[in-house]
Amino acid sequence: MAFPRNQWYVAAYGSEVGDGLLARTICGEPIVFYRTRDGRPVGLADRCVHRRYPLSASHRDGDRIVCGYHGFTYDPDGVCVAVPGQRRVPRTARVPRYHVVEQDSLIWVWIGDDDKADPAAIPRAPWLDSPDYVTVRGMEPLAARYELLVDNLMDLSHETYLHAGYIGTPEVAATPITTEVDEEAGVIYVSRRMKDAECPPFYAKSTGIEGRIDRWQDIEYHPPCLYLLHSRIAPTGVEPGPDGDDSRACHAEIVYAITPETETTTHDFWMVARDFALDDEEVSAFLAESNRTVVLQDVEALNLLEKVIAAEPEGYQELSINIDTGGLAARRMLQRMTAR
Amino acid sequence: MSASGRRLRVEWTPGTDLLTGICFCGAQRRSDDPVELWRWLLAHPDHDLPS
Ligand code: FES
Ligand SMILES: [Fe+2]
Repeated sequence: MAFPRNQWYVAAYGSEVGDGLLARTICGEPIVFYRTRDGRPVGLADRCVHRRYPLSASHRDGDRIVCGYHGFTYDPDGVCVAVPGQRRVPRTARVPRYHVVEQDSLIWVWIGDDDKADPAAIPRAPWLDSPDYVTVRGMEPLAARYELLVDNLMDLSHETYLHAGYIGTPEVAATPITTEVDEEAGVIYVSRRMKDAECPPFYAKSTGIEGRIDRWQDIEYHPPCLYLLHSRIAPTGVEPGPDGDDSRACHAEIVYAITPETETTTHDFWMVARDFALDDEEVSAFLAESNRTVVLQDVEALNLLEKVIAAEPEGYQELSINIDTGGLAARRMLQRMTAR
Repeated sequence: MSASGRRLRVEWTPGTDLLTGICFCGAQRRSDDPVELWRWLLAHPDHDLPS
């Protein structure tokens, strides 16, 4: 399948992985996730070596999984330690074990060659479990290829049209962007700085800022999986101080994890971490509800696009304009990652 | 955005439709087509070759 291999992907939120057996397909690979009694997250291939029964449909015996079909019993490292009716366990009886790392409240899984996994290469999103931020989050299944979600998030001018009344205002589509590509680090930056702009309801209601705003959208995409949108909202004219102090502005760290499930379906993880109204549960509820609505608007549009792509003849030529500068850079980097 | 590392940059001049591609080597080019501009930037160090 055409995914970037030898990459880390977000498989789940830390809170999803616990005593139960969580089934999730990542880049076409079915995996079962659970947490051992000492708190360690584990990922094993979700297919019994005996007759392929999904381990996720089985049950646990302490830190082991006992296959629900005929009882093959697996340790957390994937080695089969018991089979029914006989003492000898075949030497080859083991399921592949995945490298799994829990960081910044996310469960990352390595898709690729076992000996190439380097946890230090996992990009960070420290706001997600910082005491200085409050995060709301969700995950929506997307019936579209992950590349469409990358396109969508790299070009926020669509907010003006697809998300009017939520996060979109006329200024988003009207404001020029600056794009940078760091080839070595594998990061793409897109920055849009709006001055004296209309405040969309999403931020007016949550920050309490009245009147016009300066609004910054600084995208930092770490292909293939992690997308960060550093969003700054301030009363217009309020700049960060010379010492970097920016406490008069509100900051929202919008995080997406874009994880391919299959070639044409995607796990769309979304998070909104904020440094304002920390104790206000109404703001949390409002942001969660609003952002979910926005994500579902994208999901509906991208599901439609996937159908269009599936039905079209080969060789259809798109047309790109200035707003696509960041999306084009992302596509190219993903193509390069997929090819190697 | 800091200037660290070997970054390729595309600026969109406000009030115009014009893009400026800036390579980390200092080479610059103006264009109104982002596809053409990335091709030119990524050709580094062969910016002058016809694409
Ligand atoms: S399929 Fe798992 S024990 Fe038979
Ligand atoms: Fe959107």
